[in-house]
Amino acid sequence: MRIALFVTCVNDVAFPSTGIATVRLLERLGVEVAFPEAQTCCGQMQYNTGYPAEAAPLAAKFARDVAGYDAVVIPSGSCGAFVRDVHPKLAPAAATPPVYELTEFLIDVLGVEDVGAYFPHRVAYHPTCHSSRLLKLGDRPTRLLRAVAGLELVELPAAEECCGFGGTFSVKNPDVSAAMGADKVAHAVESGAEYLVAADNSCLMHIGGTARRSGAPVRTIHLAEILAATKETAVTV
Amino acid sequence: MTGVYLGLPAFPEAARSATKNTRMRANLTRATHTIRDKRARAVAELEDWDQLRAAGKAIKDQTLRHLDRYLLQVEEKVTAAGGHVHWARDADEANRIVTELIKATGETEVVKVKSMATQEIELNEHLAAAGIHAYETDLAELIVQLGEDRPSHILVPAIHRNRTEIRDIFRDRMASWGRPAPEGLTDEPKVLAEAARLHLREKFLRAKVAVSGANFMIAETGTLVVLESEGNGRMCLTLPQTLISVVGIEKILPSWQDLEVFLQLLPRSSTAERMNPYTTMWTGTHQGDGPKDFHLVLLDNGRTATLADEVGRQALRCIRCSACLNVCPVYERAGGHAYGSAYPGPIGAILTPQLRGTETELDRSLPYASSLCGACYEVCPVAIDIPEVLVHLRAKVAEHAPGHRAERTAMKAATYAMTHPAAYRTAEAAAVRGRKLIPAKIPFGPGKAWTDTRDLPDLPAQTFRQWWKETHA
Repeated sequence: MRIALFVTCVNDVAFPSTGIATVRLLERLGVEVAFPEAQTCCGQMQYNTGYPAEAAPLAAKFARDVAGYDAVVIPSGSCGAFVRDVHPKLAPAAATPPVYELTEFLIDVLGVEDVGAYFPHRVAYHPTCHSSRLLKLGDRPTRLLRAVAGLELVELPAAEECCGFGGTFSVKNPDVSAAMGADKVAHAVESGAEYLVAADNSCLMHIGGTARRSGAPVRTIHLAEILAATKETAVTV
Repeated sequence: MTGVYLGLPAFPEAARSATKNTRMRANLTRATHTIRDKRARAVAELEDWDQLRAAGKAIKDQTLRHLDRYLLQVEEKVTAAGGHVHWARDADEANRIVTELIKATGETEVVKVKSMATQEIELNEHLAAAGIHAYETDLAELIVQLGEDRPSHILVPAIHRNRTEIRDIFRDRMASWGRPAPEGLTDEPKVLAEAARLHLREKFLRAKVAVSGANFMIAETGTLVVLESEGNGRMCLTLPQTLISVVGIEKILPSWQDLEVFLQLLPRSSTAERMNPYTTMWTGTHQGDGPKDFHLVLLDNGRTATLADEVGRQALRCIRCSACLNVCPVYERAGGHAYGSAYPGPIGAILTPQLRGTETELDRSLPYASSLCGACYEVCPVAIDIPEVLVHLRAKVAEHAPGHRAERTAMKAATYAMTHPAAYRTAEAAAVRGRKLIPAKIPFGPGKAWTDTRDLPDLPAQTFRQWWKETHA
């Protein structure tokens, strides 16, 4: 099986460690990973801000870039949901291989829960809105986390509440966005976790940026980076 | 847009001050979380909730598709049962009709049943200008009216107030509207309810005219249905001689069998009750029982235009339950007033710009008043995909409204770069190289909006793409 990694533009530029972790994890599990280098962005920002005509060429381009692979894996719930739910409307003629968010691929396709990871820390899982309400990842991420050696999973209060990122919402309504972010950080601190983990770096950028500005004692990390970590390759975030 | 909501600031600006109002936010958080949790329990009791929800959606869609036919059926049945039907194209026409009907009775005061349609058309303000006093009789609406305030929630209009504030409003304001609050009023819920009961009883017994809305109109018999929790609505609907009901044209259900679905969906979604406490139904007029004169004012006010929009029309399925408000993280922090309309929260953000249009900065800002988290869609009993409509309305605003030129240029540039790999690689490399030049607090624009409260991520030394080239090429 040869999969195409769609790393997402945010991960490519701002969080390459997530992309690297995804590659290392999948290769460790024996998957042949390709990175179609023409890939750029899924177009979600344009579409959700009200520019469907600007998003449509990106949907068509996505289909061209991933054509011929057995599957596409995306380490982002939000981009994954957008590709799966909205791309067919934007580029109806395009045929793409099946598209999976990372935890779907691990659990549903590879059938693994224990990926052989080691992460000796206390973590809380934040189910980002698009990964839970659109993709309906359910307990896939926490099943994977529970199988990580050394990891203690603690409960995040009000976990299902939005962190307030919301794409351009974060700058169009900065006060409400910040108020939501502050509450999410407070809940993360309340959980006692060292790390807040999620399947979306865009949300984590907002939560992490809020935590860092306020000096809150919690760090953010993408799920892929925990799953990629082993005793030999400890993660330092 | 007239009177009450004229000249209000755009949503982000109104929300800014609301987020700093710690007392209001505490009141809202406590109240919305309580109702939210109760609703979740009430809905979980029904094994067939998903089927009920699908049925509710299907009934509404089918009715809206044949609305022309059902409206004529309502007119025919109501008229045959002794009622009078009036058609109002917009708020002005509806207000004029109601004012003239009241004037014809010779009365100068009316009691009101809680009604969203009359708030939408700002009926009370129009009646006041015509010298007619309209007394709100729903407890929460009474609090809002006495406090010279605006409702901030569809179901719980005074949700932004706590009981100490309500005690103060009753103590200070009741006397100028009628019977004063009893001496030594405390903030005990029972004591406050008794004060309201005494104050309102005087109005019920005196009133000759009542004004209401309706939750449903049943086409096959011309029956109107009002659901409420206090019994105050029942007083207004049965005691006065004249009853005038202002009802949006989308409130029709074809049959009594359809009503059965909604009598399950609405109470559990709104008040988290298994069964609605006071359900009043009436068909025209009856000799020796209830009002002698019944007038139905059918209100369009932007609904036909909304119906013409294939994506936006689903907003007309709304049964005003408020479940979307109670789960909305944006509503919880911005408060209902920031939405600048009778319809706050997620449903307001898609209903107001469709009913009123997007002429004002406020109405244009509403489709953006959401993080698109989807909590509203999840709880909506008639499955209105609110995020889908929000994004659809954003596209309409971006296309037609002024002030979006710079944003469109930026989006076009982003798409150009992202469809031209060479341009993309250049931009990407520049972003990584230029990152260290960006200050921790950017002084203007979206950058300022971000860095006012949040750090930017440290951009890494190389992009993923560069790493891949080095390790896999």
